[in-house]
Amino acid sequence: MWIYEKKLQYPVRVDGCNVKLAKYLITQYGGPDGELGAALRYLNQRYTMPTGKTKALLTDIGTEEFAHLEIIATMVYKLLKDATVEQLKKEGLGSHYADHDRAPFYMDASGNPWTATYIQTKGEPIADLTEDMAAEQKARVTYDYLINLSDDPGVIDALRFLREREVVHFQRFGEALNDVQCFLNEKKFY
Amino acid sequence: MHTDRRRMDMLKEIQEYEFTALDLNLYLDTHPGDNRALEQFNQVSCELAKKVEKYVECYGPLLNYGFSGGFSSHWRWVEEPWPWEM
Repeated sequence: MWIYEKKLQYPVRVDGCNVKLAKYLITQYGGPDGELGAALRYLNQRYTMPTGKTKALLTDIGTEEFAHLEIIATMVYKLLKDATVEQLKKEGLGSHYADHDRAPFYMDASGNPWTATYIQTKGEPIADLTEDMAAEQKARVTYDYLINLSDDPGVIDALRFLREREVVHFQRFGEALNDVQCFLNEKKFY
Repeated sequence: MHTDRRRMDMLKEIQEYEFTALDLNLYLDTHPGDNRALEQFNQVSCELAKKVEKYVECYGPLLNYGFSGGFSSHWRWVEEPWPWEM
């Protein structure tokens, strides 16, 4: 069961229309290291986790990733909503306009659609939690690159928040991995 | 879309309390025996509930499916702006 909360996790303010920036940001919506993949990866891995702690953590981080997905969508929505067709064409979103108008869509920065091949569930907690730690680092680096590409102070502020969350999630997954390793070692002695 | 200042300030306070609760929540998932963190979580959660109650009174429900209480006169869930429009 999920409940929607009618607010953003973190406030989003943008300076104005910025098609080029929206085109870059969309990768964290539906790209290889984006928030959609993160949410779906963690929520799908929950079912085969061995401990209450790991089931809770994957549920809670997976849910937070949906809040991040909404933050990215909000940035893209605000950056594109006043763009003219001319601007969209000039900044490389003419083909996006043809398929989606100004709506966000699950794709990377080059327009490739999201695919389930971005994520994996091995059904084995050590393998899955290790993938999750790597995923958080890749997302963190993507935010570093997006901050470097950004010229909008409001967007940079929100990206910094999202980047920091990747660091915290990495830390928590590391703790969970340690815990599972102890749990599995203990089990062997019985 | 114009959103009034008071509303944004109230929302920001909720965002701050909720973020603190969320982050403590994740910490407690991997440290369920940390009683100091648990105590902090309980305090923040209590404050958060008060802030949310005030906001909901003025601006309508934050949660769907009945988790934000009932409605006295009309169905406020459909009211704009939605989060991405604020």
